[in-house]
Amino acid sequence: MTDTALEKEDGAPAARGGRIALLIEFWSYFRENRGAVMGLAFFVFIVLVAILADVISPHGPTVQYRDALLKPPFWEEGGDASFLLGTDAVGRDILSRLIHGSRYSLFIGCVVVSLSLMIGVVIGLVAGFFRGGVDTVIMRVMDVILSFPSLLLALVLVAVLGPSLTNAIIAIAIVQQPHYVRLTRAAVLGERPKDYVTAAQVAGVRLPRLMFVTVLPNCMAPLIVQAALSFSTAILDAAALGFLGMGAQPPTPEWGTMLAEAREFILRAWWVVTFPGLAILATVLAINLMGDGMRDALDPKLKRS
Amino acid sequence: MALLEIENLTVDFETAMGRLRAVDGVSLTVDEGEILGIVGESGSGKSVSMLAAMGLLPWTATVTADRLAFAGRDLLTMSARDRRQIVGRDIAMIFQEPMTSLNPCFTVGFQLTEALKAHTGLKRAERRDRAVELLQLVGIPKPEGRLSSFPHQLSGGMNQRVMIAMAISCNPKLLIADEPTTALDVTIQAQILELLVRLQRETGMAMVLITHDMGVVAETAERVNVQYAGQKVEEQTVEGLFADPHHPYTAALLAALPERAHARHLPSIPGVVPGLIDRPRGCLFSPRCRFATAHCRDVAPVEAAAAMGRALCHYPLKNGEPQGHPGPVPAGEATA
Amino acid sequence: MTGNGDVVLRADGLTRDYEVSRGAFHKPAFLKAVAGASFTLSRGRTLAVVGESGCGKSTLARMVTMIEPPSSGRLEIAGLDVASADAGARRTLRTKVQIVFQNPYGSLNPRQRIGAALEEPLLVNTRLPGRERRERAQAMMEQVGLRPEHYDRYPHMFSGGQRQRIAIARALMLDPEILVLDEPVSALDVSIQAQVLNILVDLQETLGLAYMFISHDLSVVRHIADELMVMYLGRPVEQGPREEIFSEPRHPYTQALLSATPVAEPGHSRQRIVLRGELPSPIDPPPGCAFHPRCPLAFDRCRVERPELEPARGVHAACHAVEEALAAGRPIPKATGAAAEAD
Repeated sequence: MTDTALEKEDGAPAARGGRIALLIEFWSYFRENRGAVMGLAFFVFIVLVAILADVISPHGPTVQYRDALLKPPFWEEGGDASFLLGTDAVGRDILSRLIHGSRYSLFIGCVVVSLSLMIGVVIGLVAGFFRGGVDTVIMRVMDVILSFPSLLLALVLVAVLGPSLTNAIIAIAIVQQPHYVRLTRAAVLGERPKDYVTAAQVAGVRLPRLMFVTVLPNCMAPLIVQAALSFSTAILDAAALGFLGMGAQPPTPEWGTMLAEAREFILRAWWVVTFPGLAILATVLAINLMGDGMRDALDPKLKRS
Repeated sequence: MALLEIENLTVDFETAMGRLRAVDGVSLTVDEGEILGIVGESGSGKSVSMLAAMGLLPWTATVTADRLAFAGRDLLTMSARDRRQIVGRDIAMIFQEPMTSLNPCFTVGFQLTEALKAHTGLKRAERRDRAVELLQLVGIPKPEGRLSSFPHQLSGGMNQRVMIAMAISCNPKLLIADEPTTALDVTIQAQILELLVRLQRETGMAMVLITHDMGVVAETAERVNVQYAGQKVEEQTVEGLFADPHHPYTAALLAALPERAHARHLPSIPGVVPGLIDRPRGCLFSPRCRFATAHCRDVAPVEAAAAMGRALCHYPLKNGEPQGHPGPVPAGEATA
Repeated sequence: MTGNGDVVLRADGLTRDYEVSRGAFHKPAFLKAVAGASFTLSRGRTLAVVGESGCGKSTLARMVTMIEPPSSGRLEIAGLDVASADAGARRTLRTKVQIVFQNPYGSLNPRQRIGAALEEPLLVNTRLPGRERRERAQAMMEQVGLRPEHYDRYPHMFSGGQRQRIAIARALMLDPEILVLDEPVSALDVSIQAQVLNILVDLQETLGLAYMFISHDLSVVRHIADELMVMYLGRPVEQGPREEIFSEPRHPYTQALLSATPVAEPGHSRQRIVLRGELPSPIDPPPGCAFHPRCPLAFDRCRVERPELEPARGVHAACHAVEEALAAGRPIPKATGAAAEAD
């Protein structure tokens, strides 16, 4: 009793199988948002810069040229073409430091997001599935964390653990985690009563699989958006911690640490401060635009028919 | 006198996957004081055509028609302000989901008097009295108390009554009811249908009843339009339609009803409604019609005569036999 | 093994209560979602559970599929008492009862390809290797009329009717004996509804399944059911063979339901019984017979004493008016005229 006319009506461009079709659908919504596409392009550019840093960087990031201290960018008078964006107070090439610094920023973003995502999702799932006392305790703890100004809390944690890039990452991850817990829990509460979850239970699916395989994939949309946006927050927070001397320690070419070292030169040598600042700004902006585009593309309610 | 005249209405939607033709050359008229039933399944465009007449479609829709007039006034060329005068006062509409059709943030009384405020010159106390009167008319007990209730405090049936009260508050000449009872329990459905018919009789307003339920149509409508895939495929009186359907789709639809089942297997209609792609060149129903010929698949049919229900078919049925069919005609009832 | 007509499920006085919290300062309210449902399901036969919102049919479905335990009463599946079964026996029992839901758009995991959805019950319950699971899934797809290339697609790429077929296929993967169908065709168009009903009828015959078919659509029920159980506010009010109930409904609520169902025949003259009022809230049910505020036949005894299911000439009905009429040798009272009026 095969309904032979059935194959004609599927409508969706699903000649190829499942996953690729989903990606194509996602991309067609995403690319309508020009800002998002530009953001993505810039982000890809930064990633490439980070990967090829050793190749494209004109100098080493920690090499000090004693005879070229505080040289201005090449277009200013007194500038030098071998130091395109000038040098800092100990003669290190700013451009090279920026290029290598992109690695740190991306590294920080990735690790922070991965950590807080993984931990936050698990805690959120537990809270959403077990409800009752467990849920209450978890959410109150998260509320406490959220009630502190995030940077301040990160600062306290780093002060306790000791100033270093690793500890800065851990601190920021802890501080960002409640967002993921809340989002996951809310999504779980929304999905839990749906029929397909009950159907899975009736089919004999037990709790661990129910949590991670059945429900979690359906909660991913808001989490992906949050991950994209908190990527940029992580970079900013790490830069702030670095600026306060509590993050990456010199001579690490992390953009925020570069800002910290350049504090005293704001008036004297503007290029030492401006370029790291611009790098942070551009990267964060690009990621935010991308995150916005992802949210619009993944939100089913905004989809047209 | 024709109250609502629609000629050759076409509505296209811009979607992510291309242009979707939701309504394709539909023509219909509604006379004063009559009940017209529009019946069809999903994708038939029955709701969209009425929304187009009311001017309630989103920006992604393109509405074109040869004629779209209400009480002699042209709706197509009317200014937005003039249209607002008519819609809500002379033409009213009630929808399927009573829980979402009412604004959850405002009380019932507020929403009722809003329409009165917009269209009548009554003062506040008069509006309140009229609101109580309306609630009584639609059968809500203790109406004075209900004015300060919020929609979520009332049941589905009550909310639907409130919606009906809002719709008739300005004495409309035409009421469009879009699946008004589909979301309600059967006994409540009976109450609401009874109410609508009674109101229609008492006020003399015309009513367009959109539904997919053939039983509701049989019991309520006087004249019926059948729609399929955005086109009107048949138009008849309700007795004629059920006794002798002229379009193969109508006949197949009636045969598929469980209450008309003779055997364990229901005669179902194979295939599905055409979507965006694979729209047949000829008759839209031809891929699923058991009488379809090559001619049906290639050439779009024209409307038959009024006596044959204006069926959009090359070989309209009479007593189950396709007229003018080259043959051979497949015997027996279609099965899945 | 069991043959056609053999009992596969026995329910005795199933009851399910919920506690509804009324805030921190009030005692929680007691909600009797289902009270005292007793019935049997047999191979190759269909029991239809009919009722409106709040009648408890969905809760009943959840108890029968062992998602929720009954608060009291006895449930016996394949001869085994569910309450006293240990975890291992319970897992086996679980494979015997499966469910198909109403909403074809919500009952499939949007992020799971349907091939994986079909294989999942086998993955979780058996030790079959991947290749065999896939073969079985594809065989089942064919049995419900789906094409093999649909295997890798996501649910949103299918129509409502196709999704219901997928849901049915998934429910059958574990070779259950009992299928609970919770309004399986209510959300489908008439023509698609007919297709799906035909599939269900065929599958029942081929596989000897017992169906518990929940629906509010009496015309569908008349077509597919062998036996009927009409529920109102958590209690069965009438129970018996299909033709008996349809030809002469005993209980006034059943009569009202039947008369309220629109018939696709213009000019169908019948005494329409339009019930007064709304369905009462299950938290605060009326005293005595729950139906009495809306019942055209209600009298004093109904307000005080709750009627039990009594035999009423081939059918069981819970109604004082019916009981007294039959005891006095009078015909079954019709719920027309009298106090029945539209508001």
